Amino acid sequence: MFVTAAYAQSTTTEGAEAHDAAAAGEVHTETGVAHEAEHGSGVFPPFDSSHFASQLLWLAITFGLFYLLMSKVIIPRIGGILETRHDRIAQDLDEASRLKGEADAAISAYEQELTDAKAKGHSIADTAREAAKNKANADRAAVEADLATKIAAAEARIADIKAKALSDVGAIAEETAAEVVKQLIGGTATKAEIAAAVKASAGN
Amino acid sequence: MSNDPTHQFLVNKIVPIEIGGIDFSFTNASLFMVATVGAAAGFLYLTTSQRGLIPTRAQSVSEMSYEFIASMLREGAGSQGMKFFPMVFSLFMFILTANLLGMFPYFFTVTSQIIVTFALAVFVVGTVILYGFYKHGLGFLKLFVPHGVPGALLPLVVAIEVISFLSRPISLSVRLFANMLAGHITLKVFAGFVASLSAFGALGIGGAILPLIMTVALTGLEFLVAFLQAYVFAVLTCMYLNDAVHPGSH
Repeated sequence: MFVTAAYAQSTTTEGAEAHDAAAAGEVHTETGVAHEAEHGSGVFPPFDSSHFASQLLWLAITFGLFYLLMSKVIIPRIGGILETRHDRIAQDLDEASRLKGEADAAISAYEQELTDAKAKGHSIADTAREAAKNKANADRAAVEADLATKIAAAEARIADIKAKALSDVGAIAEETAAEVVKQLIGGTATKAEIAAAVKASAGN
Repeated sequence: MSNDPTHQFLVNKIVPIEIGGIDFSFTNASLFMVATVGAAAGFLYLTTSQRGLIPTRAQSVSEMSYEFIASMLREGAGSQGMKFFPMVFSLFMFILTANLLGMFPYFFTVTSQIIVTFALAVFVVGTVILYGFYKHGLGFLKLFVPHGVPGALLPLVVAIEVISFLSRPISLSVRLFANMLAGHITLKVFAGFVASLSAFGALGIGGAILPLIMTVALTGLEFLVAFLQAYVFAVLTCMYLNDAVHPGSH
């Protein structure tokens, strides 16, 4: 008797929510509308508080698990991937700048060598030109000196010959005068007289 | 019953569990929470398993979501806020995946349950309060006293600040819940028009074209909303966490 009353009371409470007290168990077989009323107790489903506890528990379990997975596995992993890539890019950039530095050094060394070589070439050319010029000057001086001595010798010879010729002129004149006198007057003139006469005419 | 737009939000028991008189049944909502976790964690796990220096497309998606949340948090809460990165990232990925899974026909949308979004919002605000008091002690209360307010106005301003702080879990949860709920109901209503109009012969099928176009357009919009609401939730979480990290700075 007591049990039945309690049962009746409980079904009434349930029924008040479910619109249909008597056939709470059988309603879902009749119509779709009643089926839904039985499920949602007539409340808009998202506001149905009867399953809030279950929702919260399962949300805590699933989201808690998700949070753990994210913080222990996924985030360290993606963070690691990004870190590695970042490091690698930085490393590659360093390598690139190092190589660029080497290339720059090589270029400047090349340019230095080029400048040196040009300077050396210039100096060699200068030296060669200088040497050639000096040699030409020396040769010219030697030739000129040679010519000068030859000219001097020739002039000395000419002077010699001229002096000799001039000295011969007196003797020839004396002989010619003696012969002329002999032919003209048939006599002879002494040598001393003729020489004095030649000297006198030469003195004129 | 299939034309009832709220039918999709019904929670059905799959494995009834009752502990201490309280119903903890494994429901379709629980199933889709598990599916959300499985899909999100599985995607992130599998796409990053190669640890490629040059990422594949899928790995790029995982990396982009990581960097997206990281930059959002760094902008919102500064570098000191980065200790909350696992939390914000988990929230964003969980909500985004739950929203997107909800876009599949016949799938249950976990985020269309007010209790779920409210629990997530309480988790955020609870973290803000606990960390704020743990880190700054009573200095955390400076949050409610903005700088440069005249003394006469201070009680009013503090009251407004307290109310706005207390309304955060509500606004945060209702925004997400209402967007998902309204979007899915609208979709269902327009799709229902297509089905019921096309039952009226040729003229009905002609008339069904308009709601069909509407349904297609709304589906696109809902994908946007699914992403946008996850983004908004994450951004607001970052802003609230900023209050916990720097309580006197606003």
